[in-house]
Amino acid sequence: MEPITIIKSTCVPLPAENVDTDQIIPARFLKATTREGFGDNLFRDWRYDSDNNPKPSFVLNQPDYSGSILVAGKNFGCGSSREHAAWALYDFGFKVVVSSFFADIFRNNALNNGLLPIQLSEEYIQSLLAAVEDNPELEVMVDLPKQQLNVVGSDEIVSFEINPHKKSCLLKGFDDIDYLINQKDKITEFEKNRITA
Amino acid sequence: MSGKTLFDKVWDQHVVSEIKDGPSVLYIDRHFIHEVTSPQAFDGLRKRGIGVFRPAQTIATADHNVPTIDQHLPIKDRLSRFQVQKLTENCEEFGVQFYGLGHQYQGIVHVIGPELGITQPGITIVCGDSHTSTHGAFGAVAFGIGTSEVEQVLATQCVLQRKPKRMKIEVNGPLAKGVLSKDIILYIASKISTSGATGHFIEYTGSTIRNLSMEARMTICNMSIEMGARGGMIAPDETTFEYLKGRKYAPQGEAWDKAVARWKELHTDADAVFDTSYEYDASDIVPMITYGTNPGMGIKINEAVPSAPDNVKALEYMGLTAGEQLLGKPVNHVFIGSCTNSRIEDLRLVASLVKGKQKAPNVHAMVIPGSKQVEQQAIQEGLDQILKEAGFQLRQPGCSACLGMNDDKVPAGEYCVSTSNRNFEGRQGPGARTILASPLTAAATAITGRITDVREII
Repeated sequence: MEPITIIKSTCVPLPAENVDTDQIIPARFLKATTREGFGDNLFRDWRYDSDNNPKPSFVLNQPDYSGSILVAGKNFGCGSSREHAAWALYDFGFKVVVSSFFADIFRNNALNNGLLPIQLSEEYIQSLLAAVEDNPELEVMVDLPKQQLNVVGSDEIVSFEINPHKKSCLLKGFDDIDYLINQKDKITEFEKNRITA
Repeated sequence: MSGKTLFDKVWDQHVVSEIKDGPSVLYIDRHFIHEVTSPQAFDGLRKRGIGVFRPAQTIATADHNVPTIDQHLPIKDRLSRFQVQKLTENCEEFGVQFYGLGHQYQGIVHVIGPELGITQPGITIVCGDSHTSTHGAFGAVAFGIGTSEVEQVLATQCVLQRKPKRMKIEVNGPLAKGVLSKDIILYIASKISTSGATGHFIEYTGSTIRNLSMEARMTICNMSIEMGARGGMIAPDETTFEYLKGRKYAPQGEAWDKAVARWKELHTDADAVFDTSYEYDASDIVPMITYGTNPGMGIKINEAVPSAPDNVKALEYMGLTAGEQLLGKPVNHVFIGSCTNSRIEDLRLVASLVKGKQKAPNVHAMVIPGSKQVEQQAIQEGLDQILKEAGFQLRQPGCSACLGMNDDKVPAGEYCVSTSNRNFEGRQGPGARTILASPLTAAATAITGRITDVREII
């Protein structure tokens, strides 16, 4: 996993609410057995029509918008547990998703893949969406060590929450499996007294 | 100190250790895997040069992408065939029990776990599939995980998880005729919304829930995730024990008696506190359908499509207008299946309604049993003949048109009344328009060719 520290980037606005993981990566593209290459089909049915022509109205097809920060409407990533959704976003080039609310499984999947989910107030998200739509060149700075985000050039700095364990994993590029493998003695000890069969 | 909820009791018993200000190391008793969300996890083990820590606690099946006809032949779709082949090889290499295509125990992962008695009260269960919440119907803590977490469980039999909050949903009173547990959960989802239970683990209680069969309870717990919940559970009782007794992996003899004694302790203490509570009256619940593009967008079948600012995009996708009645709307596709409603009880209900009737000529009606065992039982009970005579196609087990990973898709722009769990855009195929409903509503709609209030024909 690639470590994350400070990210400065333009943003891609996606104001839709309740974006489910079937939209992020439709089920028919889940047949690969590796983690790479899902970015090509990110938001497939919003991005392309049935003849595979790009839909000009969708933000990823608008040359004005680019960057590694996705600003999304509330309840982002609901539905299926497919980690392919986090892989597709990361593979496409996103490093951060900012929203006012994330679905639980998506949040875990993102954190396990070095994709930083940042939850901020609905009010701030709405103002950020408006600012980005108004000026696609607007840059946002994300400082993971300080847990802060700000629009470059603005004095308003907002703080975000992140679990200290997850923060430390992201900063070092460590994943939870490394941590758990080191716990095997404790796990074996636990098993000796396990009540449930 | 206040008492503990059922969820607390099971969760706390499985905490190996806790990271300060962080997640817990949670021990997993049973792990289900399938072809779609496991290959990258096995690759991870190979890269690390490690094996599966407790192979006897993982059970595999092929369900998501498999065809529902000619399962004795090689899978035609190259990518699906490769994915199932990969799972077969991975299970062989790592010593995991695999119920593949053609096996008498193959089926949808959330159908086979309970019917084999692998799912039991008081245990922890995970699977790389969000509908793992189904198993909570037995009083298990069961939840969906991502592939990185599948790798954690394969490697260590544990996952790192933060403990969710507790939510109580109580439903009381008798259910009206023609109203099924699917209607209860669609009703609850319409009240709580698609995100209203995020961060919570739900316990369903009350006399209505208590009086449901295990199959019906599974339908309720299955859709907990559709409100954003991590999972949903129901305290085990005589109905649970009766269902489990004698099943292949259920405890036998003296071990059974001991297990039942232990399971009887699994209930929420009278003085336990929930973070959030809701209470509903069963007399307010009628057959439900959805009109939008998430499972929280449900209405009573005789209500008009509501008008709300956040409905616009959904109604445009669905080709509906606010104020419109869905009753009587022509429908060309009916799908009866999925981990929500593909168990023997669902098939019996459908057969009882369609017996001696004919499906409407415009309708393509598909019934997909949840497992080989359900399929065999349906044949033994003669349900296959009843369905065939009514013009319904009884196919072979798998997830099928619930998510359209195989050939079972709904064409773009067409409506499908479906007993599955998600009406997301494109879920049943690109451009497909899904209307979620109970097996009885789906069967009634297939007969008339129009969205039908089942209460009018039973």
